Amino acid sequence: MTETENNKILEVKNLSTYFYTDDGVVKAVDDVSFDLKKGETLGIVGETGCGKSVTALSILRLIPQPLGRIVAGEIIFEGRDLLKLGQKDLQNLRGNKISMIFQDPMTSLNPVYTVGNQVMESLIVHRKLKKDEARREGLKLLEMVGIPEFKRRFNNYPHEFSGGMRQRVMIAMAIANSPSILIADEPTTALDVTVQAQILELMDELKYKTNSSIIIITHDLGVVAKYANRVMVMYAGKPVEFSSVDNIFYKPAHPYTIGLMKSVTRLDEEKRGKLKPIEGLPPSLIDLPKFCIFRARCKYACDECKGEYPPLKEIEKDHFVSCYRGKEFMEGIIERFDN
Amino acid sequence: MFYFILRRILQIIPVIIGVTLILFTLMYIIPEDPAKLILEKGATPEALQNLRVKMGIDKPVYVQYWRYIKQLAKGDLGTSYRYRRSVNSILADHYPNSIKLALAAIIIEVIIGIFAGIVSAVKKFSFWDILVTISTTIAVCVPVYWLGMMLQVAFGLKLGWLPMSGMGDGSLRYYILPAITLASVSTAFVARMTRSTMLEVLSNDYITTAYAKGLSNNMVIGKHALKNALIPVVTLIGVDLGSLMGGAILTETVFNWPGVGRTIYLAILQRDAPVVIGGTIILVIIFVAMNLIVDIVYALLDPRIRYEKKEIQI
Amino acid sequence: MATIKELEALEEIETGKKYSRTSLYKDAWKRLRKNKLAMLGLLIVILLILIAIFASLISPYNPIERIKEDSSLGPSIKHFFGTDLLGRDIFSRVIYGSRVSIEVGVIAVGISVVIGLFFGALSGYFGGLSDAVIMRVADIFFAFPYILGAIAIMTILGPGIVNIFIAIGILGWASIARIFRSSILTIKNKEYIEAARAMGASNNRIIMKHIFPNSFAPIIVYATMNVGTAIIVEAALSFLGIGVQPPTPAWGKMLADSMSYIDVAPWMMFFPGLAILITVLGFVLLGDGLRDAFDPKLK
Repeated sequence: MTETENNKILEVKNLSTYFYTDDGVVKAVDDVSFDLKKGETLGIVGETGCGKSVTALSILRLIPQPLGRIVAGEIIFEGRDLLKLGQKDLQNLRGNKISMIFQDPMTSLNPVYTVGNQVMESLIVHRKLKKDEARREGLKLLEMVGIPEFKRRFNNYPHEFSGGMRQRVMIAMAIANSPSILIADEPTTALDVTVQAQILELMDELKYKTNSSIIIITHDLGVVAKYANRVMVMYAGKPVEFSSVDNIFYKPAHPYTIGLMKSVTRLDEEKRGKLKPIEGLPPSLIDLPKFCIFRARCKYACDECKGEYPPLKEIEKDHFVSCYRGKEFMEGIIERFDN
Repeated sequence: MFYFILRRILQIIPVIIGVTLILFTLMYIIPEDPAKLILEKGATPEALQNLRVKMGIDKPVYVQYWRYIKQLAKGDLGTSYRYRRSVNSILADHYPNSIKLALAAIIIEVIIGIFAGIVSAVKKFSFWDILVTISTTIAVCVPVYWLGMMLQVAFGLKLGWLPMSGMGDGSLRYYILPAITLASVSTAFVARMTRSTMLEVLSNDYITTAYAKGLSNNMVIGKHALKNALIPVVTLIGVDLGSLMGGAILTETVFNWPGVGRTIYLAILQRDAPVVIGGTIILVIIFVAMNLIVDIVYALLDPRIRYEKKEIQI
Repeated sequence: MATIKELEALEEIETGKKYSRTSLYKDAWKRLRKNKLAMLGLLIVILLILIAIFASLISPYNPIERIKEDSSLGPSIKHFFGTDLLGRDIFSRVIYGSRVSIEVGVIAVGISVVIGLFFGALSGYFGGLSDAVIMRVADIFFAFPYILGAIAIMTILGPGIVNIFIAIGILGWASIARIFRSSILTIKNKEYIEAARAMGASNNRIIMKHIFPNSFAPIIVYATMNVGTAIIVEAALSFLGIGVQPPTPAWGKMLADSMSYIDVAPWMMFFPGLAILITVLGFVLLGDGLRDAFDPKLK
């Protein structure tokens, strides 16, 4: 137990990030806790708008001001609470110890500066390199992320790159200072399927090379299955299930996770019958009910579900779920894949 | 880049032909006989007819227009009905004064407008932002000549700091009030545009990327945001120089400034067609030329436009 | 047990009704009402219209009546804004002057909207050669400094309020045409237009029934803003002596008359100028507010 404790490189405790809009308070992230172990890849999955991206942005405190605010929680990294850091310390951390890759490589690079300039910037800011040193390092980085003709491409502008190549540039920028944590916010969503695999392979390869940990945020269960060690499933700003990737895939204990599994195409599809979408829509994050947020879409809801919101409970070792009937689901008492 | 400029120059030609055609038609409709304007009242019918033949205004309008275009191609803007001087020389006397005033106004516009816009955007909803928003909103609604008169009363009359009108010896003091007056509306537009483009740029993904890299606030705003935000502002300022020259009529009237705006205005009142058309054509050419320069600057600032034709992708 | 409110929330979650219930205009009005500056603008505009309508009831004097013994007086209880050189009550003249501004604002902009919609529809809906020609002509109108064009047209047509309507109406069409054209282009290829066309609706019907209502919002916004510009241009023309002719009281003309006396009688120019400022401010604030209300993303 103590061994795993020491292994924790990042610990998020009771994080809540709200957006104060004209229509009311949007609880984008509500009481989320998780940890990241050294060298592991943690997947955060959920539908669009479930708070997974906001969770990621909260770690680096990149929540758009003044609309959004982190209202509660702690984010412990190297013994310090990131939410209490001053502006200077925060700058030293971003892009250096913890760096981030964003969803849309088409818009995440500044269109009026060359790619080289933008890669060099990370090196100059954090390592205080001189221009020509930064250039040499920058070229190495572009080579490392597999950009062909990187010497010529160094002086090109982002619009001269394809989406996949831009995402490689983003990765080069992110790993420039060998960060201990790399947060990838839907890094492949905007890319072609063939390119997606290449980018993911690259990230995985670089993770071993640089000995870093990855938080990958995605709605693609295939990505999670292949690359993640542990998975946190989020729904409406709350974690509903958190466990190892095997547990999530073979012993899902939350009706939402089960629904997600059923809505994915699989090779053994014929055995299970048709592809099943989850009925209904995710709730608006304003004025969330006090009872279980998934109740409205859950056909297994019982009387108990009308009461308090079910807390995240450990139903077996390292398998957390926030459902009153979680154990029944996990043990297959309720048929998981019935129609 | 060369073809880009060439194409833009070729696009100017129909605009200029169109403007001359419209102006020429308009002036032709004026039910006034230029020959009568030139000769004294008691002139004999033969003398009038002789002059008409000499001026070529007895011919049909398309012949007149063709003749005018041929002259124009040689750079000759014709002769004033009133002053019996070449339009070129009349305009040459006055254009420098207008351009100097316009440049003074542009300097005010650029410095104050951009600065106010940046402060306003970066410190959104602060005291400064509210101040800039209120004053720019009011500035675009103030009639410029009224502002000019108020400034004259305040700084010329009551305080006695600055001259109230004219160009005097051409020293800087004479420029201050008319330049502020002329620049007022444009400065407000520049400030508003800088604010809104800056805010838009600041909401872009690459700004988040820049913060995520660990850049300081100043770096993000000064390097990543500013260059992107200024691109549309440069366009506005360039286009504005043209309209400043036209809008100078009111300012030049209030301040008795010996510029081309006042000259054109007087010529219109005197039905002196060649001066009006010549002056306006020059004005439009300057306006269009400014647009061209702006497009080139734009292309230099924004690499996406420079490579318009040869998009390379791997 | 769940309360009724919770059950309602549950129902909303289930049906997603909350989002689709309110329409564009209702939404816009809701946003407009929250915008204090826009409400101030609306208040100014309404007050101005009331002042113009009831000018004869509000103004204490006849605006063209000359009271010889009262000429060139400063502001007082008897004459709130003072009197001019001919002994006319400036307060009454400012009140009556609102009529010219409102008329110009409504009629001239109305003309330019009609012309603009016609050419915008021609250009955007049919495209091709008519589009190219109309847009090049619009470019020329944009290349032409507004005030200079107005002066040129007024010199040709001669002074007078009807000619001001025509001059401003002719000059203002280009921006409306462009806006209408671009909204047609965006709407034209939407599915519901294609559906209408597939069902055999005529071009006229498609423009009137489908495209016009959907591009109404930006036109309202631009028209409101153009009213402000029209009033400023009218005042400038009258200031230059080629606009509204005496004795009709117009703010621009009052400013021109006072220009020679700013040293001895500054009140003569202060109040008409302030009236122009407040009026234009009203329309600009309302126009800005409408723009933000219809398209909150632009804010």
